[in-house]
Amino acid sequence: MTTALQKARTVLALTSNYAAAYAVKAADVDVVAVYPITPQTTIVEKIAEFVDDGELNAELIHVESEHSAMSAVVGAAAAGARVFTATSSQGLELMHEVLHIASGLRLPIVMAVPARALSAPISIHGDYSDVMNTRDTGWITYIAASAQEVYDTIIQAYKVAETVLLPAMVAYDGFLMSHTTEPVELNDEEEVRRFLPRKDRPNVLKPEKPITMGAFAMPDYYYEIKYQVQEALLGSLKVIEEVDREYGRTFGRSYGVLQTYRVEDADYIVVAYGGASFGNAREAVDAAREKGIKAGAVRLRVFRPFPADYIAKLLADVKAFAVVDRAIAFGGPAGGPVFAEVVTALWMRGIDTPGLSIVHGIGQRSMYVEDFVKIFEMLKDGEKSKVVYMGLRL
Amino acid sequence: MSLPKVHEIPIGGIITEPGSSRRNPTGGWRSLKPVLHDDRCIRCRICWMYCPEGTIKEIKGEFVVKGKKYQYKYEIDYTYCKGCGICAHECPVKAIEMVPET
Amino acid sequence: MKVVFKTVWDLPAEELFASGHRACAGCGPAIAMRWLTKVAGPNTIVVNATGCMEVTTTQYPETAWMVPYLHVAFENAAAAASGIEAAIKTLRRKGLWSGKTNVMVIAGDGGTYDIGLQSLSGMLERGHRVIYVLYDNEAYMNTGIQRSGSTPKYAWTTTTPVGKAIRGKIQRKKDIMGIVVAHRPPYAATASISNLVDLSNKLKTALEYTEEGPTFLHILAPCPPGWRYPEERTVEVARLAVETGYFPLWEYDHGKVRLNPPTSAIAADPKRRRPLKEFLKIQGRFAHLTDAEIEELEKDVVANLEYLAKLASL
Repeated sequence: MTTALQKARTVLALTSNYAAAYAVKAADVDVVAVYPITPQTTIVEKIAEFVDDGELNAELIHVESEHSAMSAVVGAAAAGARVFTATSSQGLELMHEVLHIASGLRLPIVMAVPARALSAPISIHGDYSDVMNTRDTGWITYIAASAQEVYDTIIQAYKVAETVLLPAMVAYDGFLMSHTTEPVELNDEEEVRRFLPRKDRPNVLKPEKPITMGAFAMPDYYYEIKYQVQEALLGSLKVIEEVDREYGRTFGRSYGVLQTYRVEDADYIVVAYGGASFGNAREAVDAAREKGIKAGAVRLRVFRPFPADYIAKLLADVKAFAVVDRAIAFGGPAGGPVFAEVVTALWMRGIDTPGLSIVHGIGQRSMYVEDFVKIFEMLKDGEKSKVVYMGLRL
Repeated sequence: MSLPKVHEIPIGGIITEPGSSRRNPTGGWRSLKPVLHDDRCIRCRICWMYCPEGTIKEIKGEFVVKGKKYQYKYEIDYTYCKGCGICAHECPVKAIEMVPET
Repeated sequence: MKVVFKTVWDLPAEELFASGHRACAGCGPAIAMRWLTKVAGPNTIVVNATGCMEVTTTQYPETAWMVPYLHVAFENAAAAASGIEAAIKTLRRKGLWSGKTNVMVIAGDGGTYDIGLQSLSGMLERGHRVIYVLYDNEAYMNTGIQRSGSTPKYAWTTTTPVGKAIRGKIQRKKDIMGIVVAHRPPYAATASISNLVDLSNKLKTALEYTEEGPTFLHILAPCPPGWRYPEERTVEVARLAVETGYFPLWEYDHGKVRLNPPTSAIAADPKRRRPLKEFLKIQGRFAHLTDAEIEELEKDVVANLEYLAKLASL
């Protein structure tokens, strides 16, 4: 018997958006809610081609808004279908209400989000303001850094979501990834379907076993039902890791929840997320090391559940760290949203490594390797406990 | 009665027992009580149709009232009857009377 | 309309909407829920918009529903139902779903005329095989009687109080049937909880036509606290709405408009129409109306009947 690894490899030049569409096809998704928004649109265009060419046996629902996109996949998932939708920016904001309902109903929806800045002023360009606003919606949230990882992560996300019964989103850089072509190795689709067997779950609408979904809970029950979401989401980290390892064994690629670069002996670590930030950070690590700074970089591949133990372990013994956020936590205590999360993870574990909050790449403001080298230099100079708005004309 | 703990509750807030609202006896809401006088009832089915609670029970059988044979009779399930009085108000022969709840 | 039920004795006995729900005594929508589930039968998935019927029937851990039931939110019942219908379609193709299953939206006037209008329009335009049932009690009753796009002109609500400068709602009730019919669905009809044989036949007809595409049922379902009348008069108020011409019974069947009894008779012979005052005077929400205002509303009623009769004659 030949294994998936031994089978002939198919490598295509794909954008991250097309990679997402190919993953959806491989996963034999049943229902896809389609609504255009830049920079997401080419995902659902590609899926529509697959369906219209008979390559994917799915129903497309050409909804009239993102609110209805999420509502339609909630309905379809409640009927037992494997579902997909994709959105960005304002679209993610419009469906925000239903994101909470999807996790509350414990539906294994998978969604791709090429991350984009939020209005006003309107911007079609990338940053992570949209994704960060979904922080407390109860969704598993991956942030991928390459087209290959987008493809692999969407397939993994189905397995994780259908195991822990929570929705999952796979975010990545709008434009910088969504519209950039990279080589992507595709899996054998039969093998993907064996990796994603269809499973029964208790929360499905079937006339033979009529259940009520979406009930009205009073103070005597609401808290317990919501706590179940918290427990499932925190517990999903283990499943995310197991599925990633199993995927690695089957298809030859795995990622972990954090990606590290030269951290083993590092004095200073930059924590980043998304393809562009981490690409810059890695190059800056090499450049900084040439200047004698023992630099390292960490990429957050999983944002929810927050891999707090791993982050804390990495940052416990370094001299200082910085977090590069591509979003502003307006009016918050720390400039960037993920910086606040990292600091909380450290504080909860009694770790007081000094940190620097870097906000950059807002509305796709260009980020340069030199900017990241500068971050390492600032850390080495003892700068800490402040917010730096990089690339800003102040 | 102690309420179930986190792990004793089905996930997703689903309710798995259809029609479990029957555990909630709404009859306690009543201030007026419908009393059905079977001897006046003409078996028109109107009270049964219009009850918002589904508390008018249609009992099948052989019933003789004032020499007339009927295949049905109606009974009111006071466990759930909220005493709205639609049945009495709609009854074309005034066979249902609303009396104060004691 | 297909006449499946000739008399009340043909109506189904089995109850699929259980007692013990928490709707107010004399609730008009609760009567509708009983009949919707009875007639649609157990192979029906109900998608309920947020509203009175959702809150009063699903208080955890109890449910009045004996069919599969989903509530997502207020404005998206039609979208969620679209998803269920699409899921059933694909799953059936893949051998993962068997049997005929109805998908039935149940939404109030707030969830249909106002916040849910966009998703309803999307569902109708895309042609999903879903029956959408609007139970219309003419205001946001669940939150305490606020005006909706369905509230009639001059009606009192808590957000259109009867003040010194403005007395009740200023605007007219929205023509929701007109909006639905503009999507050219196979079938759309109005019904009243007072005329249950008519309602049940229309529901059966709609369910059958749902094989072709979306269908719509607009049910008038009076609310005792919201309309301010004694709770035993719910059915009487609904009946008066029909007999005064305030709420005409009619259907749109594959492009053809038909008036149904008793509206057909009222439209044909205006003398058979009861004065609108009979409908208005037993409701506290209209207690402040002047004769001139009643006359104005009556003119609207007559004009609407004439308009529908004209449509029916085409």
